[in-house]
Amino acid sequence: MTFIYFIATILGVSCFMCLYRIGQGPTAPDRSVAIDILGTVVVGFVCLSAITMRRDFYVNLAIAWSLVSYVGTLALSKHLEGRRFDE
Amino acid sequence: MSSNTIIGYVLITIGAFFDFFGCMGLVRFPDVYNRLQAATKCVTLGTVMILVGTAVVTATPTIAIKALLCAAFIVLTSPTGAHALARGSYLSGVGLWEKSVCNLFKERAEEIKAHHGEKK
Repeated sequence: MTFIYFIATILGVSCFMCLYRIGQGPTAPDRSVAIDILGTVVVGFVCLSAITMRRDFYVNLAIAWSLVSYVGTLALSKHLEGRRFDE
Repeated sequence: MSSNTIIGYVLITIGAFFDFFGCMGLVRFPDVYNRLQAATKCVTLGTVMILVGTAVVTATPTIAIKALLCAAFIVLTSPTGAHALARGSYLSGVGLWEKSVCNLFKERAEEIKAHHGEKK
């Protein structure tokens, strides 16, 4: 169990690095990139919960989170490009 | 500890360090495109290794199949999202770092911008 805490600490520091870039990023694409990466790091975090609790619905949460994060990234990139969402 | 636990924990450790160094690249690099390529490649590989390690450690069929399915989704979607994000950030007018040496997308970006100008 100590090992899981060690891994969770590393991933937590990674999440705070992404939050630093979301707050400090000079332009809007910097923030969008950091949001995309944060969504992928959180998927790994949820899997640690699946190991400790031994429940399988945490992995369902990971799948849903990765797909929703992907759709959000595509919407942000369309918005940055200056196009409408139905083109 | 059984052997599959040890193998899975080794995979999870390597994946977590890949995530950490990818996010360090997100903080340290000077440019949107440098940050994008460093963070996307490292974090994709790291999260896929954590998911495979989860499948190996738990050795439960319901968790393992879903974890491998999620790994396949991430391998498919993360590079696609990064590509769309790089294209969108270039077309939104964010330039390259001043020490960058090569820009193969410049002419194509001007064509795309002219095409959008015609439609409006």
